[in-house]
Amino acid sequence: MRNWMTVITTAIATAGALALAGTATAQQKGEIVVGDQCDRTGATQIVGIRLCAAVQDYISLVNSKGGVEGYKIKADEIDHEYKVPQGMEAYERAKKDGAVSYMIYGTPHAQALNQKLVEDKIPGTSPGFGISASADGARYPYLFPMAATYWSQGAAAVKFIKDKLGGDLKGKKIAYVFYDNPAGREAIPILEDLQKTEGYELRTFAVPPPGVEMGAQVLDITQRYRPDFVIDHLFGRSPSVAIKEYKRAGFPLSKVMGLVWASAEADIEAAGGWAVAEGYHTMSFAGVGDDFPVRQDIKAMYKAQGKEPPKEMDDTVMYNRGLFLAAVHVEAIRNALKANGGKKPTGEEVKKGFESIHDFTLGGLVPPLNITPTDHEGGGWVQIYQAKGGKFVKETDWIRAYPEVVANAVKKAE
Amino acid sequence: MFHRESGVFKTSYAADMALYPLPIAKWAVAAFAGLFIVIAPLTLGEYYISILNLILIACVGALGLNILVGYTGQISIGHGAFMSVGAYTAANLVTQLHAPFWITIPAGGLMAALIGAIVGIPSLRIKGIYLAIATLAAQLIIEWTINHVPAISGGVQASIQVPRPSLFGMQLRTQTQLYLFLMGFVVLAIVGTSNLVRSRIGRAFIAIRDQDIAAEIIGINIFRYKLWAFAISSFYAGVTGVLYTYYLGIANYEQFQLTVSIDYLAMVIIGGLGSILGSILGAIFVTLLPILTRWFLEDFGWLFFSQGDLLNAIPNLRLIMFGGLIIFFLVVEPEGLNRLWRNIRNYFRVWPFSY
Repeated sequence: MRNWMTVITTAIATAGALALAGTATAQQKGEIVVGDQCDRTGATQIVGIRLCAAVQDYISLVNSKGGVEGYKIKADEIDHEYKVPQGMEAYERAKKDGAVSYMIYGTPHAQALNQKLVEDKIPGTSPGFGISASADGARYPYLFPMAATYWSQGAAAVKFIKDKLGGDLKGKKIAYVFYDNPAGREAIPILEDLQKTEGYELRTFAVPPPGVEMGAQVLDITQRYRPDFVIDHLFGRSPSVAIKEYKRAGFPLSKVMGLVWASAEADIEAAGGWAVAEGYHTMSFAGVGDDFPVRQDIKAMYKAQGKEPPKEMDDTVMYNRGLFLAAVHVEAIRNALKANGGKKPTGEEVKKGFESIHDFTLGGLVPPLNITPTDHEGGGWVQIYQAKGGKFVKETDWIRAYPEVVANAVKKAE
Repeated sequence: MFHRESGVFKTSYAADMALYPLPIAKWAVAAFAGLFIVIAPLTLGEYYISILNLILIACVGALGLNILVGYTGQISIGHGAFMSVGAYTAANLVTQLHAPFWITIPAGGLMAALIGAIVGIPSLRIKGIYLAIATLAAQLIIEWTINHVPAISGGVQASIQVPRPSLFGMQLRTQTQLYLFLMGFVVLAIVGTSNLVRSRIGRAFIAIRDQDIAAEIIGINIFRYKLWAFAISSFYAGVTGVLYTYYLGIANYEQFQLTVSIDYLAMVIIGGLGSILGSILGAIFVTLLPILTRWFLEDFGWLFFSQGDLLNAIPNLRLIMFGGLIIFFLVVEPEGLNRLWRNIRNYFRVWPFSY
């Protein structure tokens, strides 16, 4: 017993001392910190392992080219396992390290951080998730969806389906399959609003978490409801399960479209490969594919270091979203530096930097973003792709749909 | 807490039941209180205070769960849901009636106590692992209800923004202010629990835990006291939910899912069943260990990994280390951290004159 005691007490003491010593690393001058939370181990790791790797790669690329106006950028990544307390700790840590902008990861985290961001005056981004109403910059001054919110995604889906079905939705049947949590339900109000003007029939099908069992819902959709089109709004493992089930039920996947988190290569592979998913439509808020100068630059950067490009780059959906996210942050910091004459920017200045992003496209990877003090969504652009012959083929260029309906919903969301 | 007499010198029941067996214990507690209430908020940076805040919130919940699991011997995997009951009760009271925090916190606790007592009814017939399943059902039912009833959840987002509490006309904003606010409730919870377990009710709980049939024979109303245990424990959980809501500024049911219930069970089991210090140690262990392991890996990870792999390795290794350390501590001392601490203390009791 006695020996055990000494071992344990010394172990605890040293571990504690080491851990404390480590956090005191001095912050270098000429470095701008961007807070970056991620989920590489939790429920949404399928997204996180690629998206967050891309953020780091883009930041390294910027730094290898000399940084932004002479400053090096550092993305301070902390994993939160998709848990809120860990996410709060990660945020406080970034704040302590002097972060001037923050990449939020996860809808519950966006909600939990909303008030803190305002108090601390640090702009936070939630691309493609989070609170749809935060497109309104006047009411959510420090929250930047900066990509199509769930409402814009829903509206774009309806427009796409309308075009696919010959320009008229009267009497057509649409099924909305959603992950049964707040993020999953978010698009419903828009679909209901549009139903009034477009005259389609809408039925919603909830998939209870964790969403790996949806045989009943798919049978209900394909055998009883028999919709003209299905919108999948699913996360994590569930998109692949849905694709598998539609295939099994013999439902043509060309009549199914996934919103932004049901649209990655990983989902197709988990569903059994490209042959299974042939025809499946996907939606993206960043360009998909390998033909972007920034991706070539990153490959060249790895080559210059004598390394192979990381395997995460094989993914062209989530990885590109990470590039998009990092690029917009860097652009906001660049705007802030230009506006304040090159001093180290504050969070408030970077917020203004976000709000002065105009027609920033990064060689086509980013939609023509126009973020303003009142519009933090930047337009709500998406592209739609189709799984065809082993890759995603672009079906539409950047589109946005029913902006007035979405704007109305934002205004109503008091 | 820290000091013990070198033998057993108690001669009366009053001395045996005293909160402070020795005068020095009183001073130790006072010093500890001074350290955490005065010195810590003055000296620690905001980030460290924010970690302490998460620990403080966890302490209240762990104390409550320990009353049920540790003292009464019943099990609940529904405590995450009871927290959400408290959180949404308070959030609705704040947003619709503009109630101040000193109403919403007890109200959230009472509502959770009511629901908890109802959930506790099956405990009269079923025990152990079967009761666990019954409370699991409660967790899922409550989650579903909050998720689908807009009158409770406040809309499709199922989240309600709550302004930070105001005290003496001042709104609590900084981490330090919130720390002192939360600390008040932790002190109340500790004092409340330590007095509860010395009282008639607490003794009845312990009797039920040790042998419920014997307890019934000596005249303890098992029906009443089991429900009391569920109600009191859920009251703590409800208060935890409200504190969490005020801390974040939002009530969101996704913060109170099944994994939260399991985290809290882990706290009381690792800390030590049936002990107040154990609950606190467990809350510290489960909240702090992931953070400490990450700090450790951030500083020494480069010894084993390249910079690029490190970001991928840290979160995964952290989970492995977290699990490994839990097993390590439980193997070293199956009765939890509290027992480990007692062993250390007993070793030093007559040190350096041990024979």
